[in-house]
Amino acid sequence: MKPITVLVSVDSNSVLLGAREFYKQLVELVKEYNFDSIVDVLETGTLGNYNGVTIAIMPDDVYYSVKTKDEVYKIFEEHILKGRKVPELEISKQKIITYKPEKLPEEYKIVTRNIGKINPKSIEEYIANDGYFALAKALKMTPEEIINEIKESGLRGRGGAGFPTGLKWEFTFKTSSDQKYIVCNADEGEPGTYKDRLIMEGDPHSVIEAMIIAGYAVGATKGYIYIRGEYFGSVENLRKAIKDAYEYGFLGENILNSNFNFDLSIRLGAGAYICGEETALLESIEGNAGRPRLKPPYPPQSGLFGKPTVINNVETLANVPPIILNGAKWFKSIGTENSPGTKVFCFAGNLSSRGIVELPMGVTVRELLALAEGASGTSNLKMVQTGGIAGTFINEEKFDTPLDYDSFANNGVSLGSGVILGVNDTHCVVDIALNVMEFFRHESCGKCTPCREGTKNAVNILEKMKRLEATKEDLDYLIEISNLAKDTALCGLGQSFPVPLLSLINNFKEEFLEHIEKQYCRANLCKKVEKKKVKSKFKL
Amino acid sequence: MLECCEKHAELYNELEKYIKSLEGKKGILINVLHKAQELFGWLPQEVQEYVAEKLNISPSTVHGVVTFYNFFSTKPKGKNQIKICLGTACYVKGADRVMERFLSELGVEEGEVTEDGNFSVHGVRCLGACSMAPVVLVGEKDFFGKVTPDMVPTIIKKYKEEGK
Repeated sequence: MKPITVLVSVDSNSVLLGAREFYKQLVELVKEYNFDSIVDVLETGTLGNYNGVTIAIMPDDVYYSVKTKDEVYKIFEEHILKGRKVPELEISKQKIITYKPEKLPEEYKIVTRNIGKINPKSIEEYIANDGYFALAKALKMTPEEIINEIKESGLRGRGGAGFPTGLKWEFTFKTSSDQKYIVCNADEGEPGTYKDRLIMEGDPHSVIEAMIIAGYAVGATKGYIYIRGEYFGSVENLRKAIKDAYEYGFLGENILNSNFNFDLSIRLGAGAYICGEETALLESIEGNAGRPRLKPPYPPQSGLFGKPTVINNVETLANVPPIILNGAKWFKSIGTENSPGTKVFCFAGNLSSRGIVELPMGVTVRELLALAEGASGTSNLKMVQTGGIAGTFINEEKFDTPLDYDSFANNGVSLGSGVILGVNDTHCVVDIALNVMEFFRHESCGKCTPCREGTKNAVNILEKMKRLEATKEDLDYLIEISNLAKDTALCGLGQSFPVPLLSLINNFKEEFLEHIEKQYCRANLCKKVEKKKVKSKFKL
Repeated sequence: MLECCEKHAELYNELEKYIKSLEGKKGILINVLHKAQELFGWLPQEVQEYVAEKLNISPSTVHGVVTFYNFFSTKPKGKNQIKICLGTACYVKGADRVMERFLSELGVEEGEVTEDGNFSVHGVRCLGACSMAPVVLVGEKDFFGKVTPDMVPTIIKKYKEEGK
């Protein structure tokens, strides 16, 4: 190792802010000044700063946030050449790792343990941080022991549905078949969610390692990562990681002399929200239109190409190696009783800090909002949507709800995929409801009637409401449609579009009624229209 | 097949080579369509029929898959596709105003191609970069974050100049 290491965050957000150019600039400067032998410039994942590109200088442990090439040059000139800090660009380490008042619970890093610490393109750095140790340990255990450990840990699916991971594995293990599959659901399409992207960009090997362990545990020899085509950075890092894992013998035949074989490949999605639904995702891997299948049979019995299949979300998988290494007991000590472990939350919308944080389950919405420093600008926060586009909209009354897998059933607040989306008071609930329902209408696959027709009718009614022409009957009908779809739609998408809609209506009924009874919109966004039929502005 | 000129023959050749490289694998239709769209820019009926023939499946199956996914296009698009995220996170940060500005600056409707064939504007679902909302994607890889309506002319200008 060289005496000085410079880390540049090159996650997708930083790239937008010029991280690649800054990285190149630093590499060139180091060359120009003949510092090759003493300075190492490395790429790393997100360091939790979203207002600029983070440059960390080790071993000094100093963090800078930069936006321009001049600033990069200044850091090089002052800090590296002259050994002086550049206070105006420095951000405190506190801010990077925690950005929160001391009262709040500590961020606890399991899933994001390596992000921002290692170079995601280097398998050596992953190994140096206990990478593939869990695999080596798992290969010495029996499949039953591994499944028991995961079951015991209480790990549940982090994609939104919260199904116990250990049970999924056990069902697949118990189904006998000549071929089984492990599928990683990386089709992150939930508006507001970008955690899986940052995990795959920042620590791709943890997902790969978990998939190999899952394969060994259930007896599967093939794996697919189904990932959004738009996630170029993630795809690139995963491809490199898979290639390296093959070279090091973690993938392929006779892994670590255990006689166990496992092959892994990537499949690109083509832009369909519904493909995040597990059976639709399987259809898509098979090369078909991604329409959900009727369940049962569930994927552990009959999944990909009709064979038993485990499907796990990226974040779920990234929890597996630490559980194998540290044991179920350790994992259970974090979070709440029914929802052990941590959750990665994504801040989005009208919040002043936006980014991901990992916290123990059971953190409250208010605590999360404190982390995100409340509303931006001069406007105030009006509501928060938790859990993603299929999640609940809540007002301040519910901000003290602890978030875990029970919070939806107990308090009507979704955990979902961990989105915390702030909406300020320049927005109107009807307009937001329309935006959300437009999305679902577009993404409904059309297979079952309650969803296909329900979303369409909901959009029509909300458009009418936006023109201030809706009646009380329309609102009642909207509620009826929602309840019907909740009970009768075929898949998770159809059953959950009523969640945001009903939560908006229930928590902000007064505002809906104002549109109907007084033809009044608080945010002044909904207006009467002379001619009939003004479609919502844009079709998705 | 498309009215043949040399360029098309070349593209078809390359597509065929790609299909051959996947021989024996299951469920490759979507991968092949990704490649085809990368080569041709969009998926005209002739290309869809060609894929159907090569994979020995019906053209209607291919068409069904093409029209199901947002990513695949059955219409030609502008040389620079401008995709504006209208997901909730971008929407509350003013993506609709960014969209309006793009449409008025370029004088097109959503989904239309400008007369010079240089641009087309599309509203898309979440692009997964919500921390930078509102987000605009030009082409496949050029992301712009925290876009305001006033930034729109600069973005357009950048690609106009590159096109020259």
